[in-house]
Amino acid sequence: MSIEVIKPGLATSIQDAGRPGYYHLGIPQSGALDQYALRLANLLVGNDEGAAVVECTLLAPELKFLANAIIAVTGAELDVRIAGTVVERNVSHEVLAGQTVSFGFMRSGARAYLAVAGGIDVPVVLGSRSTYALGAFGGYHGRKLQAGDVLPVGTASASAAAGRAAPTELVAKTPKDVELRVLPGLYFHRLEPVSAKTFFEDTWSVAPEADRIGYRYRGGTALKFKQRQQPFGAGSDPSNIVDAGYPYGSIQVPGGSEPIILHRDAVSGGGYAMVGTVISADMDRIAQMQPNHKARFLSVDMNEALAARAVYRNRLQRLRIALTP
Amino acid sequence: MTRLPPSRYSFGGDEHLFVEISEEMSLPAFFKAMALTQELSKRNLPGITEICPANAAYLVRFDPDVMQPDTLVDALKDIENSVGDADMELDTRIIEVPVLYNDPWTNETQMRFRERHQDPSSTDLEYAARANHYAEVNEFIAAHSDSPWFVSMVGFVAGLPFLFQMVERDRQIEVPKYLRPRTDTPKLTVGHGGCFSCVYSVRGAGGYQMFGVTPAPIFDPEQRLAYLKELMVFFRPGDIVKWRPITREEYDRDIEAVEAGTFDLRIRPVRFSLKRFLADPTRYNAGLIEHLCGEGAQA
Repeated sequence: MSIEVIKPGLATSIQDAGRPGYYHLGIPQSGALDQYALRLANLLVGNDEGAAVVECTLLAPELKFLANAIIAVTGAELDVRIAGTVVERNVSHEVLAGQTVSFGFMRSGARAYLAVAGGIDVPVVLGSRSTYALGAFGGYHGRKLQAGDVLPVGTASASAAAGRAAPTELVAKTPKDVELRVLPGLYFHRLEPVSAKTFFEDTWSVAPEADRIGYRYRGGTALKFKQRQQPFGAGSDPSNIVDAGYPYGSIQVPGGSEPIILHRDAVSGGGYAMVGTVISADMDRIAQMQPNHKARFLSVDMNEALAARAVYRNRLQRLRIALTP
Repeated sequence: MTRLPPSRYSFGGDEHLFVEISEEMSLPAFFKAMALTQELSKRNLPGITEICPANAAYLVRFDPDVMQPDTLVDALKDIENSVGDADMELDTRIIEVPVLYNDPWTNETQMRFRERHQDPSSTDLEYAARANHYAEVNEFIAAHSDSPWFVSMVGFVAGLPFLFQMVERDRQIEVPKYLRPRTDTPKLTVGHGGCFSCVYSVRGAGGYQMFGVTPAPIFDPEQRLAYLKELMVFFRPGDIVKWRPITREEYDRDIEAVEAGTFDLRIRPVRFSLKRFLADPTRYNAGLIEHLCGEGAQA
């Protein structure tokens, strides 16, 4: 069983639950940016929830199925067509050999996930099938998809069937204005008090430079770092530190102008002060933000972060129960 | 040894704990990061998924559903209290890395990005030599390659080592980064920015001054060479590196060996003692290099 790429889309890649364990060597976890949508897509087609899927970014691909398959599309809101007929998202469907799956533009959200029963069966590298493009490995030959690529598909489970639908209340929606909850910390104390305030008061919007490595935001007041005699080994700008590890979700502000939130293909470290970290429960939201999408940063403490995490896990657990036959 | 004040602990969201050992870079700070993270690995605490030492800090990723955040802080502080003042020793390797300094490829790249440089009329090597008060580029290359370096961090991108020279601070090479980063750097460029050297593991953007290239692959997902069979990334934090200047003829020969799959690096296991190093860095380094190059006793 395999799938041929007719049109590749803008930045389509194979992703799964990710590749933890090698960050200390500069290899990030990668994996689907919207992990909830990944799990939903896989559960709909009877896969292990972390199986490899096709991650479509902004402009989705066109794919020809070379054998019968069960598929589901989750994540961004867009038209999904099987052989030209629009089908529902968040529901599993049968695709027949020779049929093409194509997509409309993304009305809301930035990433759609196409799961195929059996999973995309590219080789496992360091424990994962996810593409890490900067390192040129994982996924399909270590890169985003191109026209003519042929994706191998694994064996579907016995439970794979068309017509399985996600309960509506368990499907995530992307609001017009996104709130991203941030735990201040790391080098937050290096900000001038006025910047520590405006960072959370201002409305920011996604800049064109937003990808799997990181999301850049602009439109808010430029942040000022306290002047100081820079420590030995740190750069000369007050936003510089001695190069250190960057947490996933951490927010750095090079030169004070535009905050960058690191995502799952993060650079693992560098010399820019981080002012806080987006909590784990909100990382999927970032994945669904298109350029110009507006965001506010909301300051939370650890207890609130853990409560949000529990809500996220609880919802995922309900999803598993609802979709496991 | 130099005593460091207690580390600063700060959470990076609900899954990371960031530990800043020192605001400024120093060998004792790096060494403490290595010692603490090694001890942390040994303790095998539940819920810890990544341990990343980096220069004068380290980062831990954890699962707060398994390990309470405050419990983790207590555990790390306990490690700091028990390990912090021990005579820090490190079982590691010393590696000789050939470098073609002043090579044609980085020189060509420099010329394409001259308007982003502090001194467009000099080469990166000439600028760095002057900034560090060396009269000749050759003297600067000797200063860069005569004393060994610690790999103080691996990261930014896959397999990229940051290196900190094992010399007294007044001999430490310091060079500002480019004014604006380049959009291109040849693969395997040996670069330097601030007090750190690095080897660019992949071609791409970069802001460090470019001194040369090494023929030795250090990151290869195909794992074609013997020393990359275990893992696609060669360098690990704590490795000691000695650069060896080579000629163009040697470089070409090495590249042929790389392509034939027969290229190898000189690698020796070594136990490093920070206390003995700090007592007499020059003499200690001489012993390290003798250990690397000859049959001599362990440093």
